[in-house]
Amino acid sequence: MFAPVYFDHNATTPADPAVVDAMLPYLSLQCGNASSRHEYGRAARRAIDEARSKVAAALGAHASEVVFTSGGSEANNLLLKGAAGCLKPGLLAVSAIEHPCVLRPAEQLRKRGWTLHKLTVDADGRVDAANFQAVMAAQPRIVSVMLANNETGVIQDVEALAALARAAGACFHTDAVQAVGKIAVDFRRLNAAGVQALSLSAHKIGGPKGAAALVLDKRLDIEPLIAGGGHERGLRSGTENVAAIVGFGVACELAVARLATTAARLLALRGRLERGLQGLGATLFGQAVERLPNTVYFAFPELDGETLVGQLDRAGYAVASGAACSSANPEPSHVLQAMGVAPELARAAVRISLGGSNTVDEVDAFLATLQATVRRLQQLTAMAV
Amino acid sequence: MAYSVKVLDHYENPRNVGSFGNEEEGVATGMVGAPACGDVMKLQIKVGKGGVIEDAKFKTYGCGSAIASSSLVTEWVKGKTVEQALDIKNTQIAEELALPPVKIHCSILAEDAIKAAVADYKKKHAEQAVP
Amino acid sequence: MLKLPIYLDYSATTPVDPRVADKMIPYLVEKFGNPASRSHAFGWETETAVEEARAEVAKLVNADPKEIVWTSGATESNNLALKGAANFYAGKGKHLVTVKTEHKAVLDTCRELERLGFEVTYLDVKEDGLLDLEVFKAALRPDTIVVSVMLVNNEIGVIQPIAEIGEICRAKGIVLHVDAAQATGKVAIDLTALKVDLMSFSAHKTYGPKGVGALYVRRKPRIRLAAQMHGGGHERGFRSGTLATHQIVGMGEAFRLARLEMGAENERVRMLRDRLLKGLSDIEHVYVNGDMEQRVPHNLNISFAYVEGESLLMAIKDLAVSSGSACTSASLEPSYVLRALGREDELAHSSIRFTLGRFTTEEEVDYAIRLLHDKIGRLRELSPLWEMVQEGVDLSTVQWAAH
Ligand SMILES: Cc1ncc(COP(=O)(O)O)c(C=O)c1O
Ligand SMILES: Cc1ncc(COP(=O)(O)O)c(C=O)c1O
Repeated sequence: MFAPVYFDHNATTPADPAVVDAMLPYLSLQCGNASSRHEYGRAARRAIDEARSKVAAALGAHASEVVFTSGGSEANNLLLKGAAGCLKPGLLAVSAIEHPCVLRPAEQLRKRGWTLHKLTVDADGRVDAANFQAVMAAQPRIVSVMLANNETGVIQDVEALAALARAAGACFHTDAVQAVGKIAVDFRRLNAAGVQALSLSAHKIGGPKGAAALVLDKRLDIEPLIAGGGHERGLRSGTENVAAIVGFGVACELAVARLATTAARLLALRGRLERGLQGLGATLFGQAVERLPNTVYFAFPELDGETLVGQLDRAGYAVASGAACSSANPEPSHVLQAMGVAPELARAAVRISLGGSNTVDEVDAFLATLQATVRRLQQLTAMAV
Repeated sequence: MAYSVKVLDHYENPRNVGSFGNEEEGVATGMVGAPACGDVMKLQIKVGKGGVIEDAKFKTYGCGSAIASSSLVTEWVKGKTVEQALDIKNTQIAEELALPPVKIHCSILAEDAIKAAVADYKKKHAEQAVP
Repeated sequence: MLKLPIYLDYSATTPVDPRVADKMIPYLVEKFGNPASRSHAFGWETETAVEEARAEVAKLVNADPKEIVWTSGATESNNLALKGAANFYAGKGKHLVTVKTEHKAVLDTCRELERLGFEVTYLDVKEDGLLDLEVFKAALRPDTIVVSVMLVNNEIGVIQPIAEIGEICRAKGIVLHVDAAQATGKVAIDLTALKVDLMSFSAHKTYGPKGVGALYVRRKPRIRLAAQMHGGGHERGFRSGTLATHQIVGMGEAFRLARLEMGAENERVRMLRDRLLKGLSDIEHVYVNGDMEQRVPHNLNISFAYVEGESLLMAIKDLAVSSGSACTSASLEPSYVLRALGREDELAHSSIRFTLGRFTTEEEVDYAIRLLHDKIGRLRELSPLWEMVQEGVDLSTVQWAAH
């Protein structure tokens, strides 16, 4: 049996060996509770401080702007509910293609008296400028637009959107969980343009699951989601996950150091993959606009995505259909629907997200397998009709 | 809590720990602080002819900085007249021991202990002076 | 050779058992899939691991795996339980009851609920740290919807009468939440017998990793909660967010080991704890805080009179112990738990919590005993209070020049 090829890096990534090495001492007999005053505790505290500096440095932020959380989902919940808690209920605007961990909290806020507006996107998956400006005219209090989409990889012009939102008096957050490590993300620069908070997650960038951060302009008041002890400047209580935080710090450092070379490699692989897919007659989503260098989202009309993905898994390729981050959901992707893709085509969608370890050989072998699989499935479909 | 080298030194090797008998000639006592506040300092001075402090002893219930502040003060007051001793200011103590802001109150308490001891001396002395 | 400082702070956190770490590491590297990935083997493999761990956690407390919800730790579990239940059952009433000696994760959450319009009664405990059931019953009202009482106190290790409290709450239809962060592996927990509706767990107090915990949510009778973290609908909607597989696997293994080994381990640790107590009891004016019978075997909380806390900690820096509440303390405030026992500042004592554990040795305990004898003696030599007491002065009659 050959090892299956992993093409699902937007769902999660393996931890880098250097990350695991850095974590091991904190998964041993040595590790104290960072709140303890004795040497075991102080050592844990120093490790967290160092990791905080690394995360901050990777994003051009200040260490005091980094709030550690247990995951990207928590960071997004913290920002949305936390900022809403400090404001009078009003209009809240998030893009229609956000991850569920932005959409669902935003919907929850309706219960607290907020009005939710879902910003529309165009056929390429970019936030619709006219709609955005119209919504800003209604003076929303909170606006959240993701930097890069997890399904399509489409990148938003967050700086421009943030500037407009801020001019309209809103606070602005961006979910950068998929962007960090794949494109340059500079919080100072984003912050200057008006972005006040940004979420990222370790397990998407070669770090461990269980650590993430909200990078927060300290002038933005938010209230905590989890109370009890006052850790993380009172914004997130709970004993710090020292090992995962240490791993997160190293992962951030590596992601930035390797960004240029990784992105170039991924871009070349993606080009090869896309040419192959087009040759096989696939429809590509979001292809006309700027996207993450690792993400390809495609469909063979008339072939059910789930079925294709299942066949590919059996052939040794791990890819995703629709949104892989959330639990089983028979609905076609909300991202594609927002882009105006017909439900039948959306049901055919398959996502490939490449990572640092993927090779040209893997891509070529995959294309060959895909061709055979698609042929077979198309024949079956034709017979069924 | 990171302590300075000097605090650690005084804490590990406190100078002039102990008590004089209260009835000894020239002995005066200053006791300041309260257990509920977390520190109590007892400073005793032994004043000789001409109002010069010949010896000093202390006992302190309190944190390392409180112990160090009082230990330091026993060294400083020796050889000074009671009036000169009153010139010792908490800022000098804090500076000498490099106390962090949260520990400044320890140096204030040490200054208060000197004042209390000198006041006790003057009280006793005044009583004796009246024929 | 002894390794210094000696770790006697197992209630603040335990080291990860090497057997647990060994199980975790493959899930960082080879078995790294997202358990929510339904389309490939990487995801199924980790989903299976997550479910095996869930079964282990359930087994330690005799629950159904479907009743276990993963969280990032007991702090989050407590938040989810209290806010989740209070919000869900707010239509029935707005009153909660808890205890003054609860962990901050419960108390701070209750404060937040008060700001949101709920009313909370904070009960006193008896001098031994235990809840008086008559006082408890008297506090319940027709509009009481949630009660939160911890199983084991983190500072003094006393075990609250949860079985009785459960009967009382069930009879009145009140949701009972129990913070059991300090209890797993220390006391037997049988959730089929106990009438507990919600129970919080943490891995890092039981030789598992930090950053993972669980909330038990009873299914029969069914307890409902308003979720606090929304998103992909993980954990049947109770708690969204990618599951940290390696941590969950670690918690499962840690709880499995606890189930298999707690009998023998608790006997060994109790002997060491009793040895420590015996070794210290010939020091004058030492007081044990909290009941010694209804108490976990690894905890000893002692007050040393006439010695100040911070200087004591400095003197015994070869022992990694905690004073006050370890979970937050940056400053050395007198612990609110000890204050709730009526151990007042006037006693001018400092309290040390010794918590022993799986890797504590007899040699370490003996070292601690010798060190404490030596240092307490030295600090008392320095203490004007001790001197006064030796001279027969009653400290409570002294007029202090408080500043
Ligand atoms: C865009 C985006 N935001 C947020 C998340 C959630 O992050 P986490 O998995 O760390 O909870 C994900 C992935 O799951 C994501 O793709
Ligand atoms: C009784 C109790 N509850 C809750 C907690 C918090 O648990 P965690 O550290 O997993 O957030 C702790 C310890 O920190 C505790 O001792």
